[in-house]
Amino acid sequence: MTAPSTLDRLSSWLHRHSGVRLAGLLSAPLLWLFVAYLGSLAVLFVSALWTVNSFTGDLVREPTFANFRTILTEEVYRTVTLRSLGVAAAVTVIDVLIALPMAFFMAKVASPRGRRLLVIAILTPLWASYLVKAYAWRVMLANGGPVDWLFGGAGNGPGYGLTATVLVLSYLWLPYMILPIYAGLERLPDSLLEASADLGGRGGRTFRSVVLPMIVPSVIAGSIFTFSLSLGDYITVQIVGGKTQLIGNLVYANIGAANNLPFSAALATIPVLIMVIYLVAVRRSGALEEL
Amino acid sequence: MSEPAIRLTGLRKSFDAVEAVAGIDLDIADGEFFSMLGPSGSGKTTVLRMIAGFELPTAGTVTLAGRDVTRLAPFDRDVNTVFQDYALFPHMTVQQNVEYGLRVRKVARAERRERAAAALRTVRLEGYGERRPSALSGGQRQRVALARALVNRPAVLLLDEPFGALDLKLREEMQVELKAIQREVGITFVFVTHDQQEALTMSDRVAVFNQGRIEQVDTPAEVYERPGTPFVAGFVGTSNLFEGETAHAVLGREGVFSVRPEKIRLGGAPASAEEISAAGQVVEVIYAGAATRFVVDLDAGPRVVAMQQNHQTSPADVAALRGKPIRLTWRAEHVVAVPVSPR
Repeated sequence: MTAPSTLDRLSSWLHRHSGVRLAGLLSAPLLWLFVAYLGSLAVLFVSALWTVNSFTGDLVREPTFANFRTILTEEVYRTVTLRSLGVAAAVTVIDVLIALPMAFFMAKVASPRGRRLLVIAILTPLWASYLVKAYAWRVMLANGGPVDWLFGGAGNGPGYGLTATVLVLSYLWLPYMILPIYAGLERLPDSLLEASADLGGRGGRTFRSVVLPMIVPSVIAGSIFTFSLSLGDYITVQIVGGKTQLIGNLVYANIGAANNLPFSAALATIPVLIMVIYLVAVRRSGALEEL
Repeated sequence: MSEPAIRLTGLRKSFDAVEAVAGIDLDIADGEFFSMLGPSGSGKTTVLRMIAGFELPTAGTVTLAGRDVTRLAPFDRDVNTVFQDYALFPHMTVQQNVEYGLRVRKVARAERRERAAAALRTVRLEGYGERRPSALSGGQRQRVALARALVNRPAVLLLDEPFGALDLKLREEMQVELKAIQREVGITFVFVTHDQQEALTMSDRVAVFNQGRIEQVDTPAEVYERPGTPFVAGFVGTSNLFEGETAHAVLGREGVFSVRPEKIRLGGAPASAEEISAAGQVVEVIYAGAATRFVVDLDAGPRVVAMQQNHQTSPADVAALRGKPIRLTWRAEHVVAVPVSPR
């Protein structure tokens, strides 16, 4: 037997000192969580309490709720917040309605080969650039473009605006809704569907009483994606939204043109807060285990 | 009682190139406890699924009480199924599970309650209504599945290896119970199993399946005592088959013959008119609790298995026989001729 190498000795030393082993394993992810993620969130909240000197443009590092007071009192921010919420909700509902039948077809009807092809077909657009897809829709929605033509001539389509924003966001985030629902349906045993039919349940009844209740967690899991992604978006709305403003636009405008970083930070806490409320609300549904 | 509860004619089912069911003709009488017995892949479950309506036959018809249902969906057939994996709805309570079929058929709430309670009483699960299936044991889930099917009072109840996941003790209890329930409700039961003991214990009649065909349909006693084909002789219980030269050497007859191990006794006198006898050597002694199995190489060639109840012998006594020469004797009437082509 050869003498143990340094590496061997190290691994047996680590075996005896489980605390050190644990620390070594966890330090990288914990560093990421606390410094990069929670740290940046903390900086966001702190900077939301600062202001900018309107003459010099310098940061004033004195805590004040002035930014939040502005957001709460000025009508425009309430309107934009509600509009953003409406867009996120509409995108989520549209995606659920499209994803349910698609995911059902993939999980329960398609052959194994067809299923693989469909999963690929849904995943591939995720590898294409977000910007490219948004600009492709800009072309499609242009005055006299393919969408107009579909509606029977130039000017008949939705054009650029709120409808276009909802449409494009629904398209962009659809895979994030299909995949969790598909996974949920795949776990649903076929025998449950057969049992329902056997007991007299036709398609609609089986869907309402057996399929839907069992995939609610998957639907909520998907909605967390579509909702939060829509809530934070500011690019799509710039490309196809016309004059429409969402929270994301305002945050972006305050960072760039207005050079008011503290006010952007204050605005950015709105979607964060909404998502926290949403996550707390759905926590009990079991959806968070589906992610 | 003119029409049988179930009539299958020329039933076939192919999955791609594989013929799972290769032509089945069968009548199952009203109120019968009928078992479909066969190894896995013999087509028995596929036949059951075609009766239930989960699979469409490639050819042939399914007739329920004189009505052709071959092309009807499961929800338009007066049959209910107990699934192998129970298929209870996990998001519903036991009560809701049992009431499901009634709710779908828009039975009034009060009657639903009453009938579900009665069904749960039949399977001895009173007071479990508010539980979720996940809070029940395997045997209890099995009973809920049974109650959920029975509560609809179907003309035919289909059971797809319902006891497959239960341990032996529980399975034997459930067998006795199921038979009692069937007598009580009086509806036709079609029971699929690969366990020959189970089929023999419970059934009025048994169909033995092999490679998509039925080898024999008969009462359990007939299937066991007078197997119709060499396959049945081998699959239902253990058989010593004698054929060709060995049949001639040992039995002095031409053809294929079966002798059950428990009919063979150790020792005895040389051959006579009523008794057949053969000498051989014990190669293995297998102690199995209530009985002992002896594997014997006969001098005339074939290897046979004899079984003896452990009435008076001790394990040490029987183990001492290993490697010793021995004489085996059995009555001529226990030699059963096995037709080589299916009846």
